[in-house]
Amino acid sequence: MTEEKRRLTCIRCPRGCALEVTLVDGVVATVTGNSCRRGDVYARAEVTNPTRVVTSSVPVAGSATAHMVSVKTAGDVPKGAVFSVMEALRDVTVQAPVRIGDVALANVAGTGVDVVATRNA
Amino acid sequence: MRHADVVVIGGGPAGLAAAIAARQGADRSVLVIERDVKLDGILNQCIHNGFGLITFNEELTGPEYAARFEQRAREAGVDFLLDSMVLDISNDRVVTCVSAGHGLVQVQAGAVVLAMGCRERPRGALNIPGFRPAGVYTAGTAQRLVNIEGLMPGREVVILGSGDIGLIMARRMTLEGAHVACVAELMPFSGGLKRNIVQCLDDFQIPLLLSHTVTRVEGEKRVEAVWVSEVDEHLRPIPGTEVRYPCDTLLLSVGLLPENELSRQAGVELSRVTRGPVVNESLETSVPGIFACGNVLHVHDLVDYVSQEAAVAGAHAAAFADAQAAGRELAAAHEVPVEAAGGIRYTVPQSIDPARMPDRLTVRFRVGGVYEHRAVCVYLDGERILRRKRDILVPGQMEQVDLRREDLLAHGTLDKITLTLEEA
Repeated sequence: MTEEKRRLTCIRCPRGCALEVTLVDGVVATVTGNSCRRGDVYARAEVTNPTRVVTSSVPVAGSATAHMVSVKTAGDVPKGAVFSVMEALRDVTVQAPVRIGDVALANVAGTGVDVVATRNA
Repeated sequence: MRHADVVVIGGGPAGLAAAIAARQGADRSVLVIERDVKLDGILNQCIHNGFGLITFNEELTGPEYAARFEQRAREAGVDFLLDSMVLDISNDRVVTCVSAGHGLVQVQAGAVVLAMGCRERPRGALNIPGFRPAGVYTAGTAQRLVNIEGLMPGREVVILGSGDIGLIMARRMTLEGAHVACVAELMPFSGGLKRNIVQCLDDFQIPLLLSHTVTRVEGEKRVEAVWVSEVDEHLRPIPGTEVRYPCDTLLLSVGLLPENELSRQAGVELSRVTRGPVVNESLETSVPGIFACGNVLHVHDLVDYVSQEAAVAGAHAAAFADAQAAGRELAAAHEVPVEAAGGIRYTVPQSIDPARMPDRLTVRFRVGGVYEHRAVCVYLDGERILRRKRDILVPGQMEQVDLRREDLLAHGTLDKITLTLEEA
């Protein structure tokens, strides 16, 4: 049996709790240092399959108020796919009118996650 | 002259939350004056996520957070004057503004809420030797160029200062294909939130060089290289430690300054520490009927706390306006000064009237250095009424304690409230 301890800073809220994850034979045994459930979820994901929300902005055509519309992945994507998401967004232009939540790019980079608008234009 | 019960200067997150609160409970006229053509202020360009966890219990981007407050303000019946620059606030609350659409407009306000926000400390405040080539931007300017205009300021980047906007832009520029060589921070600790160091620098293997600063900018027309040196404990560059980073862009994230030109004109007393107005428990400034909130009052890390603070200012401004309209005098205040000691740099508010404070009053503060294993203590004259242990306190993170009215009233005659740090 091999025990490994990993120290992390939680990024789920600005509090930034100092987490300690104990892995036994590569499996998460305990998470300590978190102040809420988000920290537990984050720590378990971070040592096994780390994920991130990606935010960016893409050009919008036909809007009187904006050149660019801000977007985000509607959920977490694998950390390793972050640059693939950015690459997939490189050629995306959305058409006005755009509302918050409108899909700018479905199933981005094969992650199963949509990229959605985060502002109206 | 136009009249409004409450005039709010600035339509960013502070102004919107103040205006919404000022509309509560009675049919008052509330006017927000904004110099931009759109509302929401700086949140428009803060496209990253992490906003709203406290207010909405979900992780929103800046524009999404702002859109919710903008919608609430519109539903609440707040009036807006956009694309209008306030030039003057008189101490009897006449607000003068100009715009291309309306010309010169004067508004007599029952009460005024200052919500102008802050701006970035520019290069001119830093004394970096070298020419003045293109390619030196504040982090917020770069953020606007990338996120709003869709323009990349450069490809090879050095960032001076580890404030949150600098950290956020290190990630943003990297995602857009630029290479960020390093973030240099003069102090031995970062001015940004720890989570931003993790998700914006560590995720992309961007080095954070603590106790380092830029000592030379090379290039006449365009930045060609930036020289970074280590500094000693007196923050002086150590000769022989210079490293030359070839680059085309230098971003500055070296502090935010509350924008108080209007406050000064109105005769509002400013704090030398926060550079914002000195306020009492109602967030009222030294000029009766003028209130302040958000980053114009003191620089915040979290917009959620800006919204909370602004709602308090808006509600008190509304109460003042109601009293004005009814020809009623508000009870005279008996302000007790709040003293910041033992490593605490400042408190907001700076004074409290126990008779007028709410049942629970949030006092916000920052520390001047990194303090581990301390207790935040509150004394009423010599009597300690509160002691809260903290593992770590850092300058980059605003702290708060709640004071209970009953504790202050129970003490009787009170000369001074002291917030201090003690060994835990």
